[in-house]
Amino acid sequence: MIKRSFIGLLKPRLEYESIEDTPSLKQIPASKEITLLSNCPFDKKKLLLKKKAAVKTGQKLLLYKESDEYVVSSVTGKVSSISAYSGDFGRSYTAIAIEVADNEEIDDGFKSAAGESKDATLETVKNYLAFAPGNPPVKLFADKGKSIDTIVVCCVDSDLLITTNQYIVKSDMDAIKNGISILKTLTGVNDIIMVASRGQMHEVSATGEKVNQVNDTYPSALPHLIMKDMLGKVVPAGKNPEDIGVCFISAEAVASIGNAFNSGQIPVTKIFTLVKKDGSKSLVSARIGTPASDIFKAFNITLSENDRIIFGGPMTGSSVYSADHPVQPDTDAIIVQDREDIPVISDYPCTNCGDCIRVCPANIQINLLVRFLEAGLYQEAADQYDLYSCIECGLCSYVCLSGMPIFQYIRLAKYELGRANTAEAT
Amino acid sequence: MVDNNIVDNKKFIVSHAPFWHDGSRISLRNYNIALAAFPAILLGIIYYGMPAVGVISLSISSAIIWEFVFCRITKRSNTIGDGNAAIIGMIFGMLLPATAPWWLVIIGTFVAVIIGKQIYGGIGASAFNPVVVAIAILMISWNNIFDFNEALLNYDLDFAMVYPLAALKHFGVSAVDSFSMGDLLRGKQSGGIGSTFGLGLIAGGIYLIIRGIIRWEISLSFLAGIFITALIFNLTDSAHYAGPIVHLFAGYTLIGAFFLATEDSSSPVNFIPMLIYGAGAGFLTVLIRNIGVYVDGVIFAILIMNLVNPLLDKICPKAIGKVA
Repeated sequence: MIKRSFIGLLKPRLEYESIEDTPSLKQIPASKEITLLSNCPFDKKKLLLKKKAAVKTGQKLLLYKESDEYVVSSVTGKVSSISAYSGDFGRSYTAIAIEVADNEEIDDGFKSAAGESKDATLETVKNYLAFAPGNPPVKLFADKGKSIDTIVVCCVDSDLLITTNQYIVKSDMDAIKNGISILKTLTGVNDIIMVASRGQMHEVSATGEKVNQVNDTYPSALPHLIMKDMLGKVVPAGKNPEDIGVCFISAEAVASIGNAFNSGQIPVTKIFTLVKKDGSKSLVSARIGTPASDIFKAFNITLSENDRIIFGGPMTGSSVYSADHPVQPDTDAIIVQDREDIPVISDYPCTNCGDCIRVCPANIQINLLVRFLEAGLYQEAADQYDLYSCIECGLCSYVCLSGMPIFQYIRLAKYELGRANTAEAT
Repeated sequence: MVDNNIVDNKKFIVSHAPFWHDGSRISLRNYNIALAAFPAILLGIIYYGMPAVGVISLSISSAIIWEFVFCRITKRSNTIGDGNAAIIGMIFGMLLPATAPWWLVIIGTFVAVIIGKQIYGGIGASAFNPVVVAIAILMISWNNIFDFNEALLNYDLDFAMVYPLAALKHFGVSAVDSFSMGDLLRGKQSGGIGSTFGLGLIAGGIYLIIRGIIRWEISLSFLAGIFITALIFNLTDSAHYAGPIVHLFAGYTLIGAFFLATEDSSSPVNFIPMLIYGAGAGFLTVLIRNIGVYVDGVIFAILIMNLVNPLLDKICPKAIGKVA
C-alpha cells in the first residue's frame, strides 16, 4: 500500500505499474472443479443446461430459454451443479460448477462456425467470444442502437499494480495485430486508437495504428479521462463512452479475438496479476473459473480470519467473501491483503480539508456532495452536486483525512437512484 | 457454489474499494500543527517564563476537558483523541498575554470548544473558526486584558515592551518607527504568548504548507492582502498610516495567516475562493486597524470572511460532463 509517512513531506504519487522485460508467467495446474459465473440471474424454470451434462473445453453453454446469454466452458468435464450466486449491490449470477475430467477434449463448435477460411463475422464474434479473456465488448459491436465510430484499444491497465495488458503487448503482439484487423473488418470502424504508456510506445506503434501516450499516474488510464484528455470528447455526466460512439476494449480482449480466429479455438485461460500479502507480484495464467483458493495453494498463500481478497485493482476492484471465488474473464488481478494492512474506515464527519477536491479528476465538490450522501439525499446529490459526474476512480476515499468511505457512498447513491428509477419505470 | 472448506470456513473482510488509504489522519494532521506551532510557543515561554507555560497548559487541558464533558453530556463517542480540542486550546493560548487570568482561559476554551465548535455539530461543522470566535467574544467582554501593554507591564525584557499596533493606534506612525523588521521577526515586541515570534510562525507555516496541511493560497493571499492594502494607505498618507512591514509582522497577522485563517471547516477549498477569502481577510484587517476602533483587526476580519466562505465556495470549476 502506498502511504504517506509522518516524516515524508510530499503526498504520494500513485504510479501505474510498468514492466521492462517480459515477466515469467506461472501456469496454475488444472483444478478439480471450476465455476463459471454468468451475469444472468438464476432462474430454475428456464434452465437449458442440465446437471451431469458433459462439456468440452471451449464449448459454448447456452443457459436459459429465450435468452442468448452463454458461458464458455474452460475445461472438459461434467456439470456438477447450477446455482444462484450473489455479488455486491444485489447483483445475482448463475454459477455453473464443472467437475474436471482427466482427458481434455476441444470443442469444435467455434471452428465450424468461424469456417475454414477464418472469415470473421460479427455474428460469430457475438455468439462465441463474449466470455473470452478480457471480456470483449461484443454486444456493443452488434448493438444497432449504439453506433460505434471509434475503438480505443487499451494497452495499459486502468488500475494500479496490474500488468495484464502490458504482458499481452509484450508477449502476444501478433494476436493483437490480428485482432485489430478482424475488428476493423467486422465492425467497419477504421478509427482505431491505441492507448499506451511511455515504455510501450515503440512496441505499440508497430501495429501501424494511431498511438496515444497515457500519463503514468493514476487515474489517467480510466476510460473517462482517456476520452477527455486524448480524444477531446467529454462524456456527459451519467453516460458511458459507448453512448457517444467510442468503444473501449482491452489489449487482452483484442488478443483473444485474434487468437480465437487464428487457432480456431476460444481462448480459455486468463492472465492476471497476483499480489501477495507482502506486496510481491506474480503474473499468473489460469483457466477461467479456477477458484482463487487453488491459486493461493499454488503460491503457498495462507489466509487467516479477517484478511481481504480483492478481485481487481486496489482502487476500483471488489472484495469477495469466499476464497473459492472463481477467476472471471475480466479478473485482471487478485490481491490478498493481510488484516493488519486494511485501512480503517471511520464514521468521522467531513472536516472540509479539501484534499478530495484537489485530487478529484472530475472537479466534483465532494465536500458538499458527501454531506448529502451521508444524509441519504441522493436525488439532491444528483441534481445539485454532480453525483453522476463521478468517474469512479476512488481517489477521494484514498485521500480522505476522516477515513470516510466516500467512494462507497457515491456507488451506493448511484445504485439506489438506479433502483428507484427502474421501479418508477415499471 | 460449492464450498470446499466448510470445516475451515474463514470470514474475510468484504468492504468496498478503494482498498488503499494514504494514511492521513485527523490526529496526525493535528500533531503536525502542534509541531509547527512549537517554535513560536517556545520563544513565548523563554520571554515570559512560567506564567506563559501556565496559560498554554491550562488552555490546552481545559479545551480537552470541555470537549470530553460535552461528548459525555451529549452521549457521543469521545473525540478528544483526534487532537482537535488540544489544537484549539493551544492556538487559543498562543493568542493570550502571558498574564491572562485562569478564569479567562477557562471561559475562553469553553466558548471555543462548546460554542465555537460543538453546538454546530463538532469537527468539520463549525461555520466560524472556534478560536477566533472565542477571542472575539473575550476581546469584547474583557477588553483591558487584551491590552498587551497593560497586561505585560511588569515584564522587563531586553526590548521595548510595547505592543506595536496599540502604539500605532494611539501615538501615530512615529511610535512604531523604532521597530525594525528584524526585531519584529525575532519576537522583540509585546503581544500574545505565541503570536510575536515572526520567524517561528513563518517557519511553522511553511512546514504546514509543504506538508499540505494548510493551503498556501489562503496564507499567501492573506499576507498579500495586508501588504497591498497597508501599502495603499501608506502611499496616500504616510504621516497617518504605517507602512506594510509593521502590519505584516505585528499583532496577530502571522499567526492569523498560518493558524487562524487556514482552519479547515471555516475556510474555502477551491482555488479562486481561497484567494478571495485570504485577500479579503487581509484587506479587512488593515481597514479595521487603520480606520476602525479596534487595535488589531485580524480576529474580526477572519470572522467576517468565515461568514462569506460558503458563498465564496460556490465559485468552483464545472464538474466534467456536467450538462448545462
